[in-house]
Amino acid sequence: MEVRSMHFKATASGKLNDAVLQGAMKKAKGKFVDGRAAAVAEIDVWQPMRTHAAALRDLTIANLDAYLLEFEANATRRGAIVHWAESAAEANDIIVRIARDNAVKIATKSKSMVSEEISLNDALDAAGVEVVETDLGEYILQLAKEPPSHIVAPAVHKTKEQVADLFVAAHHKPRLTDIPSMTLEAREVLREKFLSADMGISGANFVIAETGTTLTVTNEGNADMVTTIPRIHVVVTGIEKVIPTLEDFATLIRLLPRSAIGQTVSNYLTLTTGVKGEGDLDGPEQMHIVLIDAGRTKLVGSDMQEMLRCIRCGACMNHCPVYQNVGGHAYGWVYPGPMGSVLTPTYVGIENAGDLPNAATFCGECQVVCPVKIPLPDLMRKWRERQFTQQLRPWSERAGIAVWSAFATRPTLYAWSTRVAARVAALLGGAKRRITWLPGLDGWTDGRDMPAPTGKTFRELYAARRSGGGRLL
Amino acid sequence: MSARENILRRIRSQSGREGTTTDAERAAAREHIAKHTRGPLPSIAQGDPVERFVAECARVKTSVEQLASGQDVPKAAAQYLAQNALPQRAVGWSALAGLDWQGAGIQFEDRLANKDDLVGVTDCFCAIGETGTLLLLSSPTTPKLHALLPETHICVVSRSRIVTCVEDAFALLRKERGELPRATFFVSGPSRTADIEQTIVIGAHGPYRVHVLLVP
Repeated sequence: MEVRSMHFKATASGKLNDAVLQGAMKKAKGKFVDGRAAAVAEIDVWQPMRTHAAALRDLTIANLDAYLLEFEANATRRGAIVHWAESAAEANDIIVRIARDNAVKIATKSKSMVSEEISLNDALDAAGVEVVETDLGEYILQLAKEPPSHIVAPAVHKTKEQVADLFVAAHHKPRLTDIPSMTLEAREVLREKFLSADMGISGANFVIAETGTTLTVTNEGNADMVTTIPRIHVVVTGIEKVIPTLEDFATLIRLLPRSAIGQTVSNYLTLTTGVKGEGDLDGPEQMHIVLIDAGRTKLVGSDMQEMLRCIRCGACMNHCPVYQNVGGHAYGWVYPGPMGSVLTPTYVGIENAGDLPNAATFCGECQVVCPVKIPLPDLMRKWRERQFTQQLRPWSERAGIAVWSAFATRPTLYAWSTRVAARVAALLGGAKRRITWLPGLDGWTDGRDMPAPTGKTFRELYAARRSGGGRLL
Repeated sequence: MSARENILRRIRSQSGREGTTTDAERAAAREHIAKHTRGPLPSIAQGDPVERFVAECARVKTSVEQLASGQDVPKAAAQYLAQNALPQRAVGWSALAGLDWQGAGIQFEDRLANKDDLVGVTDCFCAIGETGTLLLLSSPTTPKLHALLPETHICVVSRSRIVTCVEDAFALLRKERGELPRATFFVSGPSRTADIEQTIVIGAHGPYRVHVLLVP
């Protein structure tokens, strides 16, 4: 997917003023946040489960080569062909070659964010293969020629009226705005595609080393069609998706749908192991598994390795005050929200995505809801540090930090200057005790007022208390 | 150097390990796998699995009818189809072909399901109490499409085959089958989507109805 993350600030401003988007985001927010809270509240061992899941992901990543080889051996034993791709281009070449070698005309696809990363649809399209997205949300976006704005609910930014217009243009049928009827219309159109496809392409939520299995989680059943009906099944996934055992899958599947949309279980858990066996009436004759690096090994062994635990539930973005207001497209690449603000700079370069780690309030909610305990604010902070030391932020920001650092590392100077600043700020607040303008910080005060400090600094109060002055406030 | 070797080498050098993956490292991974370590099990998953299964089926919108005997399956299926104004015709798995479908007025066909079939009848390897889930395993006599293409999926579940949790289902699978079949299929309720304005609609691509006939 084309990287547009360098335009974050401009795009985000536009999104804040987009009334249709703001309406759609408000509707979604409650459902995701409240739904998750209710589903998590049922589980008495939620925290131990998170700890267990984080540990099992860490253990796998620490021995990633051994578990990938184990997966490869078992998948191969069951008749699958395992391919390795260092880059997006290599992965696309492999899949296009499979399509050409087998004279593939139509490929049905279930949702895969990795395929968005590598722009697989464009590569297959250029090779003359008709690619059909079958997840309803992805299908809507394929018609709209837009990228997903959420990793679980890709069309969360679209209203039903917008979808109705897209369906009229594509299906040439009377305009429907009743959601069940619209869903039925898409079902009928896509059913024909499922049955006529030569190739099915799926992602993988996990791949299991023990059994050589790839695993897809859906509610619609589209991944089941895609992995069962066509004669060729292609799985495209990242090398970090490997987990050791079926028991590990059992733990992760308790965390994933609850974290994602507050579901106790997804409707379909689809485990595919190898090809159609002797006497089988359904299933593909060929299974190809494409394991992609495309930047992942940069995280291995780094101070951001924890990011590789990610199970792509979307809880961090659902709970992020920035994401909730600007939506996923503002982030300019495949992965939005806090997980995207860590991954995008890694995969596409910090010079192309410099605003993302800075588009965070550090409220910490993403870390609290993360089912595998990724310290997302810490990882974003690490990107900010690197940007500072590599002089990748604007000079005014770097100068500001340098000045602040000069004061903050000199306790006496700091104490004196905060005393002065508190008095000046109190004056600026006036009778209403609200600061509406700060010199050089009008970007901040244009949108919001700041309550003016009214009394002494923390240090003054603390000193008074230490000397027996009594209560703090 | 191939992409495979490059990726594996990069993983190792990034984590400060030189050379290629050693036999000892491979053996350690296999040893870890063989332990099949389980994670914490929530209290709500514990207790009587059958009771839990019935309650969870209601949550995921799978309807359940309890029968006194396996012989009652065709009659109960016929009633269910009549109630839902569905034709008395079904495509089903071979193991169920021996029941008296004709006597119940159902035209039962033992062949692979196709796009025109409205009703598919299967049994299952086992069911899972924790989440109201049916576990279907593919084989020459149990193709997956029966549970996928028809609008209505009727599944015969034996009470004695309801286990507590996913881990128990895998333990049973290892014991009885050795390894996973091509398709291991967990079904929890009818197909659904919420991709238009987060509004849940039943019947996205798979069945609109999942009906369990619970037999001893």
